[in-house]
Amino acid sequence: MSNNTTTISTAGPPSRRNTELALLAFAVIIPCFAYANVGLAIDDELPSGLLGYGIGLGLLAGVGHLVVRKFAKYADPLLLPLATLLNGLGLILIWRLDQSPRLMQLAKNQGFKFVPYAPNQLLYSALGIALFVAVVIFLKDHRVLQRYTYISMVVALALLIAPMFFPPKFGARIWITIPGLGGLQPGEFAKIVLAVFFAGYLMVKRDALALASRRFMGLYLPRGRDLGPILAVWAFSILILVFETDLGTSLLFFGMFVVMLYVATERTSWIVFGLLMSAAGAVGVASFEHHVQERVDAWLNPFAVFETHKGTEQIGQALMSFGSGGVFGTGWGQGNSDLIGFAANSDFILGTVGEELGLAGVMAVLLVYGLIVERGVRTALAARDPFGKLLSVGLSGAFAIQVFVVAGGVMGLIPLTGMTMPFMAYGGSSVLANWALIAILMKISDAARRPAPAPAPSPDAEMTQVVRP
Amino acid sequence: MNKPVRRIAIFCGLLVLALMVRDNWLQFVQADELKTSKWNHRVDIARYSQPRGNIIVDGQAITGSQETGGIDYKYKRTYNNGPMWAPVTGYSSQVFGSNQIEKLEDKVLTGDDDRLFFNRTIDMITGKGKKGGDVITTLNGKAQEAAFKGLGDKKGAVAALDPRTGKILALASTPSYDPSSIAGALDSKAWTTLNNDKAQPMLNRALKQTYPPGSTFKVVTAAAALENGLYKDVDSKTDSPVPWVLPDTRIELKNEGSIQCKDVSLREALRISCNSVFGKVSADLGNKKMTEQANKFGFNKPVDTPVRAVPSVYPKDNRPQNAMAGIGQASNRATPLQMAMIAAAVANNGKLMEPYMVDKLRAPNLNVIETHQPKQLEQPISAETAQKLQSIMETVVEQGTGTSAQIKGVKVGGKTGTAQHGVDNSGNPYAWFISYAKSGDGSPVAVAVVIEGSDTDRDDIAGGRLAAPIAKSVMEAVLKTEK
Repeated sequence: MSNNTTTISTAGPPSRRNTELALLAFAVIIPCFAYANVGLAIDDELPSGLLGYGIGLGLLAGVGHLVVRKFAKYADPLLLPLATLLNGLGLILIWRLDQSPRLMQLAKNQGFKFVPYAPNQLLYSALGIALFVAVVIFLKDHRVLQRYTYISMVVALALLIAPMFFPPKFGARIWITIPGLGGLQPGEFAKIVLAVFFAGYLMVKRDALALASRRFMGLYLPRGRDLGPILAVWAFSILILVFETDLGTSLLFFGMFVVMLYVATERTSWIVFGLLMSAAGAVGVASFEHHVQERVDAWLNPFAVFETHKGTEQIGQALMSFGSGGVFGTGWGQGNSDLIGFAANSDFILGTVGEELGLAGVMAVLLVYGLIVERGVRTALAARDPFGKLLSVGLSGAFAIQVFVVAGGVMGLIPLTGMTMPFMAYGGSSVLANWALIAILMKISDAARRPAPAPAPSPDAEMTQVVRP
Repeated sequence: MNKPVRRIAIFCGLLVLALMVRDNWLQFVQADELKTSKWNHRVDIARYSQPRGNIIVDGQAITGSQETGGIDYKYKRTYNNGPMWAPVTGYSSQVFGSNQIEKLEDKVLTGDDDRLFFNRTIDMITGKGKKGGDVITTLNGKAQEAAFKGLGDKKGAVAALDPRTGKILALASTPSYDPSSIAGALDSKAWTTLNNDKAQPMLNRALKQTYPPGSTFKVVTAAAALENGLYKDVDSKTDSPVPWVLPDTRIELKNEGSIQCKDVSLREALRISCNSVFGKVSADLGNKKMTEQANKFGFNKPVDTPVRAVPSVYPKDNRPQNAMAGIGQASNRATPLQMAMIAAAVANNGKLMEPYMVDKLRAPNLNVIETHQPKQLEQPISAETAQKLQSIMETVVEQGTGTSAQIKGVKVGGKTGTAQHGVDNSGNPYAWFISYAKSGDGSPVAVAVVIEGSDTDRDDIAGGRLAAPIAKSVMEAVLKTEK
């Protein structure tokens, strides 16, 4: 019985909505305390916006909660509070860096006008939760997405190729600029759309991929024509790497694809191929792509830049941020993580966590990310349809890889790739996309935990009713 | 499909675990190393977040701290009369680090010293900011002023010691620079200018530059002659032919001008600065004995005052070179401090005291946390030899090349020197003067002065004419404050 992962029961499981509400209260109160703490540390007084911020965040979380109560009653109770907590803490970190005279000076020296980022981020968070609400309300059943498998592919391709027509920013071509609206990172949205495509495609092709293979040296070698798609995705992620010099995104997509392929086919051989190919691709590109080489050099020798003055100080600065924070950190608002420079509030936001909240704080934040990922995977386990399983494992796998790649890059574990810490880092695209991701995961978990299976809304979905043991 | 999903769950867990392990490594194991890394700007930010303690001369601070209103550093170091004191204080720059006392006593000045722990704790409890301690120097403001003014716009250095204790009384170097001009965060232009200046204003010539000592080295040669019993009496005739040919060569060692040096006594030879006499003494004693004597005076090892003075050298050499070294004109080189130590040892009856310039370290609450005790470094010559040397050095000032250092009512001993340098003497010679003054209880001051590039004066009198008056004014300043 312990292996029973479906949650269908005649009595009906508790909806856990009250658990979610209680957790949400914490997720709102903790950032409020953090906000007060930063204000006291920097200005010796409670920040004037404290009440507004508390009410605002509370309202956003409340709206999210009410919508979930109504439209996704059985959804996982942890995801919303965890995302709210990260988003709230991220806002405080960004606001805290907005107070940094050093960053203001930096902007001035580089000829920019310094604008505070926190108000924008607050706006993005509100939009993100609006998107979350919209997805929860309008996505009646996640299986509907299955219909859009090939449209998703086209959309994902379009999203990924779009930045090539825009000038690179800070060495990577991952932005598209919309006049009047500012920059947009389509890669963040492509992550979700691509997961939908993979899930839809693999659900149809998985038997062919899994069974039509020859055994060779203990591994199941796939047939050439089944190898086609994986080669295509591999080539595609290499192309992104080459043309957009975006290491992170290519690693993310490829990793997500391998994870989903493995889950769909249950064949270890795919993982071996995946790893071999990504290694080959990475080494191949690194041997001629200057930008990638720089990143690897900076990773191997983060302090060399202080002597050679070539490249970026950021990694070295981030490492010193972590070191200076020590076990308990300097306290909110009392560190010097702004020394990291211009990306302190986006790619490198974890450096501020490390310096001001210390080892304890970073461990807590990593745990929260870990919990989100594991709740996502738990959703995949519980999902009754293979499409939902694949989609949720793909999304949570992508989320995990993104957290690993960003945090690992900032902490010098792996070369830096320039992605954003989901929810915490400054950036509209990221916040919006990740709220949508959470919404989809919650919809899947809602479907999984619902007492009686809902009638399939479409004939396509009929075939997914077969529940494999 | 659940089995691979579970494996993916484990994989994701491992990713997070890897991050956690890495974070523990960074923030626990490596934390201290990163925190104190020389690239970690926070160290400087903390250093300049409160006023630094001061460096003190004659009870007056010669340094200060100024609020800057800057972003990174709240306080900036200031220097009173910076160019004059730069060879003592060094600089403490927000961006270019620090040197000399500012660097060596940094922990006391910032208040980080372990001995200030109690103070820090009290300040923390009472809510006061951290305060730095003070460094009290041995320097004599009047003597320093005399030295610095005396050098004027000439290139050179002065080192003055109290022979009885080894206290450094004056340490001047010109051309100098104002450490205030490079103390701030936005002074990189001044920094570059100073570093590219051909005149090397940031070079501490008194401690960090060695020069050929010229005829002033004859004091050491005379000391070696007496110590080794080559000549017993400073007034008896020496066996010194003129012309005298350098050993193993056919080159005649010439005397300056038309002076009479044949078989003159050591006293007369020093008075008129005979090259042939001292060249022969050095050759007769040989390289080994000469090196021994020089080493006893402090050659061939660095001196920490605590600012390190570079070693003066008396090298192992062949016979003609060794003979030339006896008149300070070969490969032997000396710092002004080293030459002042020689004069001081002679004046102090043969006892060479260790030179030092940090007298006391003082906590912010004025408690003294450390006092330097004078220490004998060496006994390079016997008291008897020392008195003989005093007698002939005093003759130099009374009726020899060093008459311009005479002070009314005070016994002054000295030796002039002019060192040629450059290929075939192409460079401007260095004018030297070393001397000491005697008051009732021993000698309160010994001075060495060197002036680079006195264009016109190529003869041995140059040291007496250019350097001796500076030494005289420094000695007078010390004698005046002694009373």
